[in-house]
Amino acid sequence: MAIKTMREAISEALWEEMERDERVVILGEEVGLWGGTYAVTKGFYDHFGPERVRDTPIAEGVIVGAANGAAMAGLRPVAELMTINFAFLAMDQIVNHSAKLHAMFGGQMTLPVVIRAVGGGGRQLGSTHSQTPDVVFAHFPGLKVVSPGTPHDAKGLLKSAVRSIDPVMFIENATLYQMRGEVPEDEYLEPIGVSKVQRAGSDVTLISYAKMLQISLQAGERLAAEGIEAEVVDLRTLRPLDMEPALASFKRTNRAVIVEEGWCAYGVGAEVAARLYEEAFDYADAPIRRVAQREVPLPYNRDLEQQMLPGVEDVVEMVREVL
Amino acid sequence: MDQKEKLRLYHEMVLIRRLEERSADLYREGKIGGFLHLYIGQEAVGCGVISARRPQDRVITAYRDHGIAISCGMQPEAVMAELLGKDTGCSRGMGGSMHMADVDLNFWGGHAIVGAHLPLATGMAWADKHRGSDAATICFFGEGATNIGYFHEALNLSMVWKLPVLWVCENNEYAMGTAVERASAVDEIRRKADGYGMPNASVDGMQILEVHRAAKQALDHVRKHGPFLLEAITYRFMGHSMGDPERYRESDEIRKWRENDPIGIFRKHLQGIKGVGEKTLEREETRAEEQVEAAIRFAEESPDPTLDNLMSLIYAGEES
Repeated sequence: MAIKTMREAISEALWEEMERDERVVILGEEVGLWGGTYAVTKGFYDHFGPERVRDTPIAEGVIVGAANGAAMAGLRPVAELMTINFAFLAMDQIVNHSAKLHAMFGGQMTLPVVIRAVGGGGRQLGSTHSQTPDVVFAHFPGLKVVSPGTPHDAKGLLKSAVRSIDPVMFIENATLYQMRGEVPEDEYLEPIGVSKVQRAGSDVTLISYAKMLQISLQAGERLAAEGIEAEVVDLRTLRPLDMEPALASFKRTNRAVIVEEGWCAYGVGAEVAARLYEEAFDYADAPIRRVAQREVPLPYNRDLEQQMLPGVEDVVEMVREVL
Repeated sequence: MDQKEKLRLYHEMVLIRRLEERSADLYREGKIGGFLHLYIGQEAVGCGVISARRPQDRVITAYRDHGIAISCGMQPEAVMAELLGKDTGCSRGMGGSMHMADVDLNFWGGHAIVGAHLPLATGMAWADKHRGSDAATICFFGEGATNIGYFHEALNLSMVWKLPVLWVCENNEYAMGTAVERASAVDEIRRKADGYGMPNASVDGMQILEVHRAAKQALDHVRKHGPFLLEAITYRFMGHSMGDPERYRESDEIRKWRENDPIGIFRKHLQGIKGVGEKTLEREETRAEEQVEAAIRFAEESPDPTLDNLMSLIYAGEES
């Protein structure tokens, strides 16, 4: 095992898949000459050439649209959206085309496209550049929505996403790019649509993903110092959603807190809590609770922005409430 | 174009016309649901352009797609079964009137979000060029689509990347009920391509032979140099869809255009050819009518799709 950053893990996944399959191409704003706005594709342009690493105009509709068309015609495009906030400019292509065309034409077309997008708040970018709208995309049947919380999973899941013949929205978190973690040296894949227990515990179940997985793990350490053992379930994929590990854990701990970075209303917590109640109502010893972003457009002011985002202390406090 | 090909095209135009006339009946009877947009009046555009394509050239269009489907070689049975929502339809009853496709015929749909298929055309042409294929992509759209951002994003990128796309604007004068001059700052639509340095031309969309010639020339350019925009001036004789109140145009205007019926024009041309008698034309007309009736019988007798069909179509599945 080597220790790598999330950025390196994502970059390696793309590099290896481009080496493995010549149908894989990258397109997006500043992915080529610049080397990627977040340096994920640094060195790709020189190695793979401008035909496979395509700089595009600032035009998200045609970035995702051309990726869809190229996928229909047999390429394996990876479209990079500079931030997930710009995905709204490509929303029609994502939800009306990537997610629909396979079924709507009776299975004739496949859309093996990956849409990589970076989300998350906490970087003083103002309200339009700080959103975590993952659930919006998870609403649509036909799309797969993946969002990893460790370098290990980021690499294995992105490789699976590139190989998937279904469209995958792959959501990264800008504040996780520098995070380090163990990444195997050998080739490996992580399956899409499979949740994973990232910390074992018996007193309470924390359910989260992406950046909030790290927050939940830190909360787990803090709670352990008080003698409370939290089990941390990482959803990893929001659609299709694998509830089995969360359900199994909840049936043992009888208490659950769901932690997400996006807004609480209509969120991941709402969906997961509903499914826990529907399938394991009798196991609940306390109301299932949610920790999420406050219902505000995120402000520029640093302290105020941080107060609006869910943190370790919020999770610890909520666990105390359900115990 | 030789006489045999001309007769084939005449038959194709009549087949499309009869199929759509009967579709309108079935719609009124409640056998066809959803929206139904008829191509009646515009047949010379699709038939003329597609008769200039080679099999490797892709075709993609908007929601007024029955005629384009037939021109691409789709059997009337597959069209009619799709209209009736049957499992034997080209899209297995999942798409309906606006979403027909047959990728084996290189017909890529049938897309009903105005303008959204233009980026798809750009992407398909990119894939072909990337692989070194000599295929071109022919993308049909209405003049109404030229006012949406997608049109500009797609044309610009096709020009920047010099992609083999023939953009075919079917200017039928109205975007639903909104006349060109009420919605577009430029009423000569092809001029919009000038903004991207893209060569362009316009053609009388009621004259199939002129359309065919223009498309052939345009496709030559596309294969050698990159994108081209061809504007075909045409007119739809029917409403935008079956639920059109028709408050936006005078019946005199429709009558004048009907005198220019593309099928009538082509029929007159064929009557003037030595060796093509009235009997030959009538035989083609009768054959088209019989095909349509057989297609309706086939569709009515076909099974509906099942919930299992639908569930199995949500995802294509994992690649090993």
